Amino acid sequence: MINKETVNYVGALARLHIDPQNADRFAKNLEDILHYVEKLNTLDVSSVKPTSHVLDVENVFREDTVIPSLSQDKAMGFAVEHHKGFYKVAKVIE
Amino acid sequence: MEFETVIGLEVHLQLNTETKIFCGCRNHQFGSEPNTHVCPVCLGLPGSLPVLNRKVLLSGIKVGLALGCEINTFVKFDRKNYYYPDLPKGYQISQFDFPIAKKGFLNIKVDDGEKRIGITRAHLEEDAGKLIHDDELNASLVDYNRTGTPLVEIVSEPDMRSAQEAYDYLTALKLTLTYLGVSDCDMEKGSLRCDANVSIRPAGQAALGTKTELKNMNSFSAVKRAIEYEVDRQTRIVISGGKVVQETLLWDEAKGTTHTMRSKEEAHDYRYFPEPDLVPFTLTDSDINAVFKELPELPYVKLFRFKKQYGLNDYDAFILISDRSIADFFEKCAVLYSDAKKIANWLNGPLMKELNGRKKSFSQLSLSSEEMTGLIRKVEEGVVSNLVGKDILTTLLDTAKSVNAIIEEQGLAQVSDDAALIRVVDEVMAANPKAIAEIKSGKTSAMGFLVGQAMKKMNGKANPKKLGEILKGRFENV
Amino acid sequence: MNFYNLTAHELLSLLDQKKVISEDVLKSLKERVSLVNKKTNAFIREPQVSSPAKGAFGIPVGIKDNICIADELVTCGSNILKGFRPPYDAGVVEKIKAHGSEVWGGLNMDEFAFGSSCESSFYGPTRNPWDLERVPGGSSGGSASAVAAGEAVWALGSDTGGSVRQPASFCGVVGLKPTYGRVSRYGLVAFGSSLDQIGPITKDVTDSALLLNMIAGFDKRDSTSVDTPVPDYAKALVKDVKGLKIGIPKEYFIDGIDPEVASAVHEAIDILKKEGAVIKDISLPHTEYAVATYYIVATAEASSNLARFDGVEYGLREVPDRVRKTPLIDMYETTREKGFGDEAKRRIMLGTYVLSSGYYDAYYLRAQKVRTLIKQDFDKAFGECDAILCPTSPTTAFKINEKVNDPLAMYLSDIFTIPANLAGIPAISIPCGFDKKKLPIGLQIMGKPFAEETLFRISYTYEQNTPWHLERAKL
Repeated sequence: MINKETVNYVGALARLHIDPQNADRFAKNLEDILHYVEKLNTLDVSSVKPTSHVLDVENVFREDTVIPSLSQDKAMGFAVEHHKGFYKVAKVIE
Repeated sequence: MEFETVIGLEVHLQLNTETKIFCGCRNHQFGSEPNTHVCPVCLGLPGSLPVLNRKVLLSGIKVGLALGCEINTFVKFDRKNYYYPDLPKGYQISQFDFPIAKKGFLNIKVDDGEKRIGITRAHLEEDAGKLIHDDELNASLVDYNRTGTPLVEIVSEPDMRSAQEAYDYLTALKLTLTYLGVSDCDMEKGSLRCDANVSIRPAGQAALGTKTELKNMNSFSAVKRAIEYEVDRQTRIVISGGKVVQETLLWDEAKGTTHTMRSKEEAHDYRYFPEPDLVPFTLTDSDINAVFKELPELPYVKLFRFKKQYGLNDYDAFILISDRSIADFFEKCAVLYSDAKKIANWLNGPLMKELNGRKKSFSQLSLSSEEMTGLIRKVEEGVVSNLVGKDILTTLLDTAKSVNAIIEEQGLAQVSDDAALIRVVDEVMAANPKAIAEIKSGKTSAMGFLVGQAMKKMNGKANPKKLGEILKGRFENV
Repeated sequence: MNFYNLTAHELLSLLDQKKVISEDVLKSLKERVSLVNKKTNAFIREPQVSSPAKGAFGIPVGIKDNICIADELVTCGSNILKGFRPPYDAGVVEKIKAHGSEVWGGLNMDEFAFGSSCESSFYGPTRNPWDLERVPGGSSGGSASAVAAGEAVWALGSDTGGSVRQPASFCGVVGLKPTYGRVSRYGLVAFGSSLDQIGPITKDVTDSALLLNMIAGFDKRDSTSVDTPVPDYAKALVKDVKGLKIGIPKEYFIDGIDPEVASAVHEAIDILKKEGAVIKDISLPHTEYAVATYYIVATAEASSNLARFDGVEYGLREVPDRVRKTPLIDMYETTREKGFGDEAKRRIMLGTYVLSSGYYDAYYLRAQKVRTLIKQDFDKAFGECDAILCPTSPTTAFKINEKVNDPLAMYLSDIFTIPANLAGIPAISIPCGFDKKKLPIGLQIMGKPFAEETLFRISYTYEQNTPWHLERAKL
């Protein structure tokens, strides 16, 4: 059962503020979808291996060779806010 | 009530590969300008994808093998999801259920021999960036240079029972890891970091007590102090009837205390799942064997061999193997000079003193085994005194001149010429009638005084043995 | 002359014969965009033509706005990437530029490719050139609409659960989802990393093969791109299906399917049969579980892929009016609240939920296992046939706003396209007629992994026997 609390908990995990006005609606949406996906429970998958990759590819590496990095200017070019070559954010309290 | 301390350590080791774990940015960024070793991949820009650095996987296997671990033949990466400004993708690529290595061990020295500390697992992951908290700006500043530095996380079993054991485990671990050459293991620079899980329980109880996690220690001794502090704190809580709260604590080195880490207060749900952007890795026995063959002789194997092969005692052998470059140097010297004990004395004594005085490691010096054994030979042959020999070592390290050149230039060779020594002995005897009288009356201790006087006159360069012989001869002749 | 109605291969042949110069083609296209884009809203931003392209393939390729072009905006149809300009080109963009072609970015899409109607874009819905009251399909609705409206000669979309094929079907154009790993994902803003593929949306099958030629191939920056040789797909354009075994899966001709769609597909089957293909009835028994599986796997991956949009480094940053938690967490939560639309929020929450502690095994792990079953269905089917034929979508284009308040109904419109993504196999949608409302119907052909040539061969043969690809929307 998905209720407002679940929506708020999942919202907090996903760093998503949920406007209280919308919480019920989202709860209903999630409830509907989760109800729909319950159909998977009718299958016996006890002896089935999960698929994470559809490809049969393994062991893809790069060699340990240096590729030029971005310049600091370029890296700051898309920054929301920056200060002396650093990205600047709200103060983190450790 | 008596309590038993239970400690498990999580060590993060930065690997010293040329490039980062998933991109081609240079990996040696310590001290660089902020955000100058970054690219779309390690900045987590949309659309970027990781590709594993082959060397990182090989280093992981090396670490696993050196710690006696089983190497998993199926290896995959997973995403560990959490939000923090130093983590640009909002997840860390790590390993969850198929780490590179598991079930290993490390031996530490304890009073009655050795103790085996279990290694639960070692896994590969990417490092996060660095946050600087700026009070003036009332903001935090983020530098992503460190992001994507390859890490091996080595998780121990909760097998340690005291802060000292934790310290000894770290020392032994660092020794093994430096032998592998996969990291510089410098805790001050952050290339080796250690978190400690600490709990106490009534002696004899099997179930573990509630643990706390200690962070922010920047030296082995800080780890020891933090654990001691925490054990004391937990003990006082329990004795006074309280309950230990499971939490993450930050060690404050200046105050010598811990405080709760607020940002980690909320419950974590990392939502691990297989990293879809990286394909799995399978290792064959021959892949693993190839790495195994390249492993250097590990420190405790070397210790055993040094004792056996060179007849060294435990103490000498242990100091030598504590630095792989010194151990290698010792063996080069031993080829050139047969008395291994003498070499060990010189390396563990005067040479070690020089290194400490200079605050340098052996590998930062250029000292050849030829010169080192040449110097030992000169001392043993009596060409120079032991004392002068030590001065020559200093000059040798300062100037990179040869031992012979130093002796010659500074006229350091001992005077063994009879005529010169006889002249000085006669002068000293003439100037000290009182001492001569004492000797003649049987008080032979004055003999040493005369030798000293003669040595002084010759600026310490007289061969003391010869000097004594001549002096003794003078009295026999009387 | 109006070049906008021509295909790329027609234009290339005119360029080759020096009957036309690149400047004129670009001018004609530009004029077309200026004229009709306000009706279609296919381009979020009208293309800035810098200088005429040089080289043999001098025809601009429209790019869905979730594929990075160096120093140009890439919005993903979202507010959260506000102002962000990536400092690099996607692998496919590099390849197109290396061929001497221009890229025209900014094609509209459902926010982060979450949708089947192109209505969830922060930049307003895109409209279907065949009926402006209807959706173009999604998520690559901008790409399909632009090609159908003549605003782009050809374009790239991305397909996670049908996002190239379904809009191609709704807009009467050709859309190909290549085999997973055939085309580099480097620079494609990820939705469902294990499902995403970039694919061409074109006016006909020939253009599809030519554009795939340009973008296919290994990219060392994408571990999941496959290092196998790329054939010349143009050589697969042969009018010959004799002896090819084509499977018709019974599970794809279900009750909810529009009878006009079903009959158009059956007519297509008859044409291919007449051309010598061997038609076989097959079964893909786990088809009915595909949508449920997909919405767990895709949203789980998406919830993680979209975590990077947090206001720290780039894009939008918003803070609440009053302090709720801590300054940092408030910034995260408000940025993401204001930055994402409802559908993105729903998918992020669903994906977060199915991965969260205590639910992983019940949802995510189970879905991964069912994915195995779906893949095995195809493995088995391809033991009996060379390709599988079915409708692309159960219906033709629906009306704008018809399904926005019923997410589940929207999800079910991808029912025929999702299985190919779960199995990683190639699939193409080609026009196969119109319904009574003159709305295009799409025919889907699915193939074995890396058998794009088979898809081209069947599509080309069908196309040569039918007039649908010659029809143009009147705007």
